[in-house]
Amino acid sequence: MSDTTPVNRAEFVLIFDVKDGNPNGDPDAGNLPRMDAETGKGLITDVCLKRKIRNYVGIVKGEQPPYEIYVKEKAILNKTHERAYQAIGVDISEGKEGKRKGGGDDVAKARDWMCQNFYDVRTFGAVMSTGVNCGQVRGPVQITFARSVDPIVALEHSITRMAVATEKEAEKQDGDNRTMGRKHTVSYGLYVAHGFISGHLAQQTGFGQGDMDLLLEALANMFDHDRSAARGEMTTRGLYLFQHNNLLGNAPAHALLDRVQVTRRNGVDVPRSFADYAVSVDESNLPQGVTLTRVVDVPALKKVA
Amino acid sequence: MKIFCLHVTGDYACFTRPEMKVERVSYDVITPSAARAVFEAILWKPAISWKIHKIEILEPIKWFSVRRNEVASKISVRNVQTTMKGGGEVLGLNIEDDRQQRAGLILRDVAYRIYGSFSMTNKAGADDNAAKFEAMFERRAAQGQSFHQPYLGCREFPCSFSLVTAANDDKPPIDSSLDLGWMLYDMDYTQNPPTPKFFRAQMDKGVVMVEGAEVRG
Repeated sequence: MSDTTPVNRAEFVLIFDVKDGNPNGDPDAGNLPRMDAETGKGLITDVCLKRKIRNYVGIVKGEQPPYEIYVKEKAILNKTHERAYQAIGVDISEGKEGKRKGGGDDVAKARDWMCQNFYDVRTFGAVMSTGVNCGQVRGPVQITFARSVDPIVALEHSITRMAVATEKEAEKQDGDNRTMGRKHTVSYGLYVAHGFISGHLAQQTGFGQGDMDLLLEALANMFDHDRSAARGEMTTRGLYLFQHNNLLGNAPAHALLDRVQVTRRNGVDVPRSFADYAVSVDESNLPQGVTLTRVVDVPALKKVA
Repeated sequence: MKIFCLHVTGDYACFTRPEMKVERVSYDVITPSAARAVFEAILWKPAISWKIHKIEILEPIKWFSVRRNEVASKISVRNVQTTMKGGGEVLGLNIEDDRQQRAGLILRDVAYRIYGSFSMTNKAGADDNAAKFEAMFERRAAQGQSFHQPYLGCREFPCSFSLVTAANDDKPPIDSSLDLGWMLYDMDYTQNPPTPKFFRAQMDKGVVMVEGAEVRG
């Protein structure tokens, strides 16, 4: 069984990069990398990062309780709710479709059961009032959109395929059988995301120290299990965790998160690797009761001026 | 009754209009209900209930559009029941196949000064009194403490906050006046089901007066 020691409030800064890949396509823009049109900076949505955390946990824990993943491919949302009721011995097989079932204590029990068994429910929360009512869970972990440090340039590459999909296409080409495709990449982009962990909500969902460790492990390693033709090379470059020594916290979140600053090194006009950036972490005069852990840290490079 | 003031800033915000919530479109400014949630994220007990008096808009209203993949449908209970009784096989809801792309028109780079106060409810216990909660709120807000990080409309848009005292914040509201039309005031939870209340929002030189505005159910 994992470590269920309660966790206090915490914030984290996640720094990761992409090389010759598309970290998060924008369905509104023909799958171009997401970009903030006003600043040209790249964006990666919170849900994109959460998906990778879920996938990582799904892989390392084999989707077994208490680390099952609720929102997964081929998941059956309501069926899981039914299981929740079966597990706590409440019969919901009677009743009309569309009516919410369960109430009061049953809802609370079902919700607790879901939290106990599903890692993503107790981490990110879930709305479980779909058809069969298991209530709503607010998870302790909040993640923001990740934004790139510098504007990104999205390149479009035309690629060819030495085959066609249908016979009709083949006929049209008189057997030449070639098709063209497009691929979008960011040559290089360094992204920063912020995360917030609420100690109180962690208590409510049973998110403990073991889960926290797993979350950090996922953030550090998730890109290693998300390789694909589209992604290029993505790597976690920094993960800095600010932990408070009580549930409410000891300092404003922004004051802590601002202590991690990423800047382009002098003389670098076109960044093409992580070495073109400097990460500075201000550890001086940390507010009392706040500890900083460098979960993933920049290697020796940081000494270079 | 003491009125507290919070300076709240965030990179993004989405105060979804109820009439456009499939593809979310934000209101131009924070709603009183979202502002109340910011105060509640810092301190709330059943013994108190927060009320918003005034909202000052400190940054020009700017927009941003984002389209995301979301789950499209729910499974019908009947199908599940069939499966439970032994009929049917796996009720697959493959997220990759069963998705919906939803756009959101959201706000970016927002900053507000929000004025709020609380009153005691009838759930207050014998040793609950306003002075105690006032001190608690002041202490938490000044130290950056919160129950959970407050957010601007949606949880993926957390905000930072600081307690405004007479000395530390004199950023003027934007010089812009606009009739914002009918805006969500808050949900009335005394009704079952909870019903929305709307108010006539006027931005007058960057200030939306909530107190005293006409509220309709």
